[in-house]
Parts: sequence; structure tokens; C-alpha cells
Amino acid sequence: MDIAFGPIFPEILVIAGALALLLLGAIRGERVAGIVDIAAIAVLVLAAILTVFLPGEKIELFGGSFVVDNFSRFLKVLALLGSAASLLLSIDYFRAKDIHRYEFGILVLTSAAGMMVMISARDLIMLYLGLELMSLSLYVIAAIDRDNLRSTESGLKYFVLGGLSSGMLLYGASLIYGFTGTVAFSGIAAAAKVPTNGLIFGLVFLFAGLAFKVSAVPFHMWTPDVYEGAPTPVTAFFAAAPKVAAVALFLRVAIEAFPGIVPQWQQIIIFISIASMILGAFAAIGQRNIKRLMAYSSIGHVGYALVGLAAGTPTGVQGVLVYMAIYVAMTLGTFACILAMRRAGGMVEEIDELAGLARTQPMVAFFLAALLFSLAGIPPLAGFFAKFYVFLAAIDAKLYTLAVIGVMSSVVGAYYYLRIVKLMYMDEPAGAFLPMPNELRLVLGICGLFVIFFFLYPSPLVAAAEAAAKSLF
Amino acid sequence: MTWPILSIIIILPLVGAAFIFALQGDDEAIRNNARWAALWATLLTFLVSLFLVAGFDRGIPDFQFVENRPWLGGVIRYHLGVDGISLPFVILTTALMPVAILASFQAIEHRVKEYMIAFLLLETLMIGTFAALDIVLFYVFFEGGLIPMFLIIGVWGGKRRVYASFKFFLYTLLGSVLMLLAILAMYRYAGTSDITVLLTHGFPRSWQPYLFLAFLASFAVKLPMWPVHTWLPDAHVEAPTAGSVILAAILLKMGGYGFIRFSLPMFPAASEFFAPMMFALSVMAIIYTSFVALMQEDVKKLIAYSSVAHMGFVTMGIFTLSREGVQGGIFQMFSHGIVSGALFLCVGVIYDRMHTREIDAYGGLVNRMPLYAAAFMVFTLANVGLPGTSGFVGEFLTLLAAFKVNTTVALFATLGVILSAAYALWLYRRVIFGALEKRKLAGILDLSPREIIILAPLVALTVLFGIWPNAVLDTSAASVSMLVDRTHAALAAGQKAALLMGVH
Repeated sequence: MDIAFGPIFPEILVIAGALALLLLGAIRGERVAGIVDIAAIAVLVLAAILTVFLPGEKIELFGGSFVVDNFSRFLKVLALLGSAASLLLSIDYFRAKDIHRYEFGILVLTSAAGMMVMISARDLIMLYLGLELMSLSLYVIAAIDRDNLRSTESGLKYFVLGGLSSGMLLYGASLIYGFTGTVAFSGIAAAAKVPTNGLIFGLVFLFAGLAFKVSAVPFHMWTPDVYEGAPTPVTAFFAAAPKVAAVALFLRVAIEAFPGIVPQWQQIIIFISIASMILGAFAAIGQRNIKRLMAYSSIGHVGYALVGLAAGTPTGVQGVLVYMAIYVAMTLGTFACILAMRRAGGMVEEIDELAGLARTQPMVAFFLAALLFSLAGIPPLAGFFAKFYVFLAAIDAKLYTLAVIGVMSSVVGAYYYLRIVKLMYMDEPAGAFLPMPNELRLVLGICGLFVIFFFLYPSPLVAAAEAAAKSLF
Repeated sequence: MTWPILSIIIILPLVGAAFIFALQGDDEAIRNNARWAALWATLLTFLVSLFLVAGFDRGIPDFQFVENRPWLGGVIRYHLGVDGISLPFVILTTALMPVAILASFQAIEHRVKEYMIAFLLLETLMIGTFAALDIVLFYVFFEGGLIPMFLIIGVWGGKRRVYASFKFFLYTLLGSVLMLLAILAMYRYAGTSDITVLLTHGFPRSWQPYLFLAFLASFAVKLPMWPVHTWLPDAHVEAPTAGSVILAAILLKMGGYGFIRFSLPMFPAASEFFAPMMFALSVMAIIYTSFVALMQEDVKKLIAYSSVAHMGFVTMGIFTLSREGVQGGIFQMFSHGIVSGALFLCVGVIYDRMHTREIDAYGGLVNRMPLYAAAFMVFTLANVGLPGTSGFVGEFLTLLAAFKVNTTVALFATLGVILSAAYALWLYRRVIFGALEKRKLAGILDLSPREIIILAPLVALTVLFGIWPNAVLDTSAASVSMLVDRTHAALAAGQKAALLMGVH
């Protein structure tokens, strides 16, 4: 047991940080909300740095139910940095709205701990523990603006539907346990060499639960409502880090637990991938609220990421990882701009309010346009390379139909991103927003520069994703 | 190889763009500085690109000025180089950019800074497209050009600019994503994305039709070929003058260049198989769009349709799979780049004065604008394909090649030449000749010194390449010979294999 706690030091740090800050908040009250946020960011960044410097080899802990490998390192760093950036985005918003809740920072920390457990989980129990730790924190976070009807509604909606999906996931897990006699992924993989009806039944339920967590069609209905209702920084958080963790879980379960029945789960993934891409592309066209638009956009992007999983190969997993990393940067950058949509009368969320931004705030418009073109997948921006790797994997696995439908829907998707660019650059100004707070500038600048200049030196990310993907197989 | 000249001319416009991006000061100063900085950046790029011409060895069919560095992990590399096929297009790009910038000096009044940045970015991407020797790198440059062009049409265009820009963007994107899938499949199959390797790789015959059609989807839209040409008139009409010039002169050529660089050598069997279809589409383009051009009331639209017709000659020439045809296609594109660019500039000249493109709004301009009438005449005659102008050589070579392969195709295409004379000369008569009756035109001024500086070199080049076409043809000869020989060798090998297997 003497070596056991070294590799999970980042997790311990995050949880200990959450508890310490909770104590601080309980004693000092709401005055310390700002300090808690900053401290939480520091904890998250520190945990990310520690994760980077963990030893490279694969270490199994707690009887094999928890694993630290290149895959978990890559995704933990991504989830932690995503969480930290979302917290940074929230500071000014809550200050301006006069909401001082130290619980926000703490809940982000606990959900981040949940994500880290999810990413490293190698059996069904650990999977569920991590998932619920994250989800329960998220339900509360969605309702953090508790005097606001929309926020509480979205929290409740999220909770009810999330509970349902957790139930389905548990039911699936119990069936899988019943038909394989084990909860460990390696044991399931050994037992599930041939598809039996009971096993497939369990698999379907498990995947339904996971599809809900990544908000893939047909389990996406909660996404637009929750995204619209929750306070905007919370939406930014939902769209980034939890999605990374859920996709990571999806990857690990599919690849590590069910390598023997790939054709069985592959068709499920292909279906939800196609459905997500198409729905994400078409449903976003009619949206007027930018948060709803981003909700559909995120559904579409999960569809693209799942193209890589559908391939079920190391290249495919590498593609998903590259995709998620770039997706997080694009999403956070875009939300930094959405959070800056503020006039003297308060926040605005209609897309039309962005009209003429190129003339009132040229730099913001420039970065937002780059992010939108990147979301649309136009080279040389980062979003193109994200799509490039997942479609490469799809072609590699001979999934031609999936690839053709995917690229076609990306053209449809390009339309609604272009519409925003058009509003910013080709329409008359609708009046300037208030100056952008420095934290938002920082996040927008980092994400924007990453997206624009990714093509200059893409190999570190691609190589890291490749190493991470290899550790799953 | 000491100086990475290709990288330098790719980066120089970016440096100019960055410089303009950083400009500070009052509005008027920024506008002026942006204009001059853009002009100097493009001029410098042009001058550096002349080193390519000077250092290019015409006897070598292979790629020269090669640069090869690691880029996207693994085998996808930053690989550049030019051969006789791509060099003319690189030079065309660098030569026309200063002209386009100069033509925008007075026409663009608002948001000059962003305009110049967009143009310089576009130049980088265009040069990169022609110089890329890695198929993924090619796609990045090829597709990246959509962003600045979308903004150029949408922000600085005419009344229906938003519609035109969306149509342009989505049409082109739809074609290109299919090509992307084909690129991925080729990369997977061959294990490399290096164009020089892919050229001789030999893809299985059963794959070739699919790959060919996927590339066709992209290049046919870009070129454009009938019936996917409908984005072009809209984009041309709404784009600002310099945007139309670049669109007609260079962006369209990416389609034809793509056919020559990829379709022909990489999918020879499919090229041969689909040649009749390509001929049919080419002839349709030549005749149908010529008739459409006859009926136009908008000067720019007329020239736009004539571009589609001229590109019909290019595809016809290329798919004869013969030396004359491909050479003629290249020359036709090069010449069309100069002539159509110049024609759009001529339209810009009168549009800047009268702010209308209606043909009916003009007439009798020769009385007030003799210099303009003379320049416009040279370009009109070149557009018609009069011997002695550069327009003749390309049309003649492609017709000659077509005649050897398929006389019917050549017959119909020749009809197109007559039609082009009809619409071009009729346009010229209606705009330039006749009495100067319209009251508004009474005070119109002839070319300003700036406009003379823009148009004079183009007049000279039109005539020069008309009487000395070998300047271009000699450059491309070696590369084209190698390409055509390889294509025929691949076809012969394929037939032999088919015979041996008894499948024939």
C-alpha cells in the first residue's frame, strides 16, 4: 500500500482543496466567495500540473478499479484546465450579478474530482461513483442562481433527467455484471467474447446512460433547456469539462470492456453519431438565442467526436482526444465572448445583438470569427484538424457512409456559424457592449490564439493524443 | 538551394498583413498606410517571385525549389515545390495581386485596414495552394481561401452581397469536403500524403472512379463547370472589383490546376473513362453559357458567364489527355487570368465613375474616353480569341487537341468561339460605340494615371503572350510531357493487365 497514493495525489489534492475551501466558506460566509474562486482555480491548475508530471507508465490502484495511464493523464489535464478556465470566466459574471456564493467554486472542485475518477475508472462501480459525484455537483451548479426561476428550472430538469439516465446506466451495469460475473472492465472483456442477448441488453442500457451524459441524440433533449436556463458561466462549464470526462468514460468502457463485441456496439455509436451530427446541424439553424445555439452546436460536436469512437481503432481514439482538446478551447473561447455580451441593462443573449461587432469591438469580433470558422471546421484553423483526425479514422475503418454524412452535415453546420460571422461583419452595429473584463480577455486571447496558430506547431498535441490512445489498447 | 523562396513569398504577404493589423493612429492615416503597406507587400512578393522565374530550369520536368519539413506529425509534411505546371500560376498570382490592391485604392473607402488584411491573407493561401506538394497541405491552403473571400464579398460587395457570399462559401465547401474524404482515403491507401509519391503510386482501378468523382465535386464547383457554375455570376456581380479580379483570375484556376495536378496523373483510368462526360459538360458550358452571356444586362454578369465558357475550353483540353490539350488548358487559364482580370478592372473603371453596371446605362464612351476604349478593345478581342492576343493560343491548342480525339466535340466548341465573338463584340458596341446620348455620361473622365498604371501592363502582357506564347508554353512543356506520358503509360499498363487477366 505504500506506493498506492502517489498516483492519485492530484485527486486527493482536489478533494482536500474542496473540503478546506468549504470549511473556509462555512466559517467566513459569503464574503470569501472571490477568494474561494481564485483558490479553486489555483487548486485545479496545480492538480493539472501534478498530473502532467505523474510517471508515464500504467499504474493500477485499488485492485485494478482505478488506473493511471497516458489516456487518463491527457484527459484529466484537459478536464482540469477546462474547469479552471470556466471558473475564471465566472468571476466577473457573478460579481456583476451580485451573486456571492462560495459554493460555486467548491462544487466545481468536487465535480472535477468526479471527472478525474470517471476518467480513471476501470470497473463499473468506480465508473458510477465518479459519474454521480460529478453529476450531483452539476445539478446543484445549474441551480446556483437559486432566486432565478430559469436557473432553478434548469437545475431541476437536469436533475430529473439525469437521475433517469443514471438509473438506466445502473440497470445496464447490473445486467452486465449478471451476465459476465464481474464489474472489472478487464474481466468483462475476458467474459464478453461472444455477444449474448443479456450482455447486449445491458450494453444498450449502459450506452444510453452514457449518451445522455455526453448529450448525444436521441438523449439530448435536456441540453438546450439546461444550457439556456443555467447562468452563462455555468453553461460554459457544462459545455467543456464534464463533456470531456463523459466522452473519456465512453471511450474507456467501449474499448476496454467490450473489445470482443465491437460490431455490436459500433452500430449503436454510428447511429448516435450520425443522428447527433445531423440534428446538431439542422436544429441550430433556427435558434435565436446564442446559448441554445451553442447547445445544438455542442450536440453536433459530440457527434463528430463519436465518429472517432465508432472507428474503434487507436487512430479513432486519437482523433477523439484531439477533437475534445480543440473543442474545449473553441467552446471556452466562444463563451468568453458570450459572457462579454453585456450592455448597461444587463446580459443579452440574442444572436442579433452581435450585429456590427466588427466595428464596435474589432478585436473581439476577430477572435470570435476565428473561433466560429474553427467550429465550422474550415482550415487552417484548429477545428479543421479536429475533424481531419476523426474522419481519417472513419475512412481507415471503412465507415464510408458515416464519413460522407458527417462531412455533409458539417457543411450544413457551417451555415449557422457563418450567420453569426455575417452579423458581426456585414450588418449595421446594434450598439456597443460594455468593455470586456480582463479575465474574459485572457481566456478569449488564449483560446483564440490557440485556434488560429494551432496549425503552426500541431505535433505536441497530436503526439500526446497518440500516446494516450495507445494506452487504451 | 539556399533561399527558401517559396516560403518567403508565402510568408511575405502575411508579414504585410501583420504590419497592417498593428497600425495605429487616426482613421485617415490608417487607411493610407494600409493601402501603401499592402501595395508594397504585394510588390515585394512579386519581385521575390521573379527569382523563381530566373532560377527555374525549363529542362527539368520535376519539382524545383523543393522545401520539405516535418509538420503534422508522422508523414504529413510541409512540402513545397513548383514545376512547369504550377510556376505560371504562382507568378500569375503574385503579378496580379499588386494590380488588385492598386485597383482598390479609391474604390474601397470604409474598413480599408480589414480589406487589405483579407487580400494579403488570400494571397498567401493562393500561392500555397499552387506550391503545396503535400495533399493535406494543399487542402488546407485550398480551403482556407474561402474565409477571406467570404468576407471580401460579404463586407465590401454590392447589394446582394450577403446572399452571394453565403452561396459562394457553401457551394465551394460542399464540393471540397467530398474531396477531403477522397484525400483521406488516398492517404490511407498509399500511406503517404506526399504528392510526388502519390503521382506515381497507381491507385487500384476499382477505386479510381470514386476518387475521381470526389475530386470532381470540388474542382467542378471551383472552376466552375456547367451545371454547378451558378454561384459564380452571383459572386462576381456582388464582389468588389478587386475581388472579382482575383476570383476570375486566380481562384477559378485552382480547379483547372487541380484537374491537371491530381485527377489526370493519379486517376488515369477514371480520367479516360469519364472523358466523354467531361467533354459533354465542357461543350455544354461553352455553348450554353455563351448564349446566357448574350442575354445579360449587367456587364459583370456577362463577363462572369464568359468566364464559365472559357473554362469549358480548359476542361475540354485537359481531358483530351494529350500534350497539346493540357498545354492549351494551362495557357488558356493563364491568359484568361490576365484577360478576365483586366476586363473586370475595366468594368471597375466605369463603375467607380457611374456606380452602375447596367449595360444600358452606357453608350458612346469612346467620345469621352478614348484611352479606355482602346484598352477595353484589346481585352475584348483577347476574350474573343483573336490571333495575336493571348486568348487565341489557348483556344487554338485545346481545339486542336479536341479535334484529334473527337471531331464532334471540336465542332461544337468552335461554335462557342463564334458565340463568344458575338457577346463580347456586342457588349463592346453597346458600351463604347454609338453617340454619347446619356446626359449623365457627358462629364465622364478618361483613365486617370493610376488606372493607366494598372491597365497598361495588362495590355502589354495580353499582346506579348499572344505573339510569344512560348514564354509560358516552354515553361510547362517538360512537366506536361512527363505527366501525359505517365498517364498514357499507366493506361497502357492497365489495359495490358486487363488483357492478361482475360477480363477485357
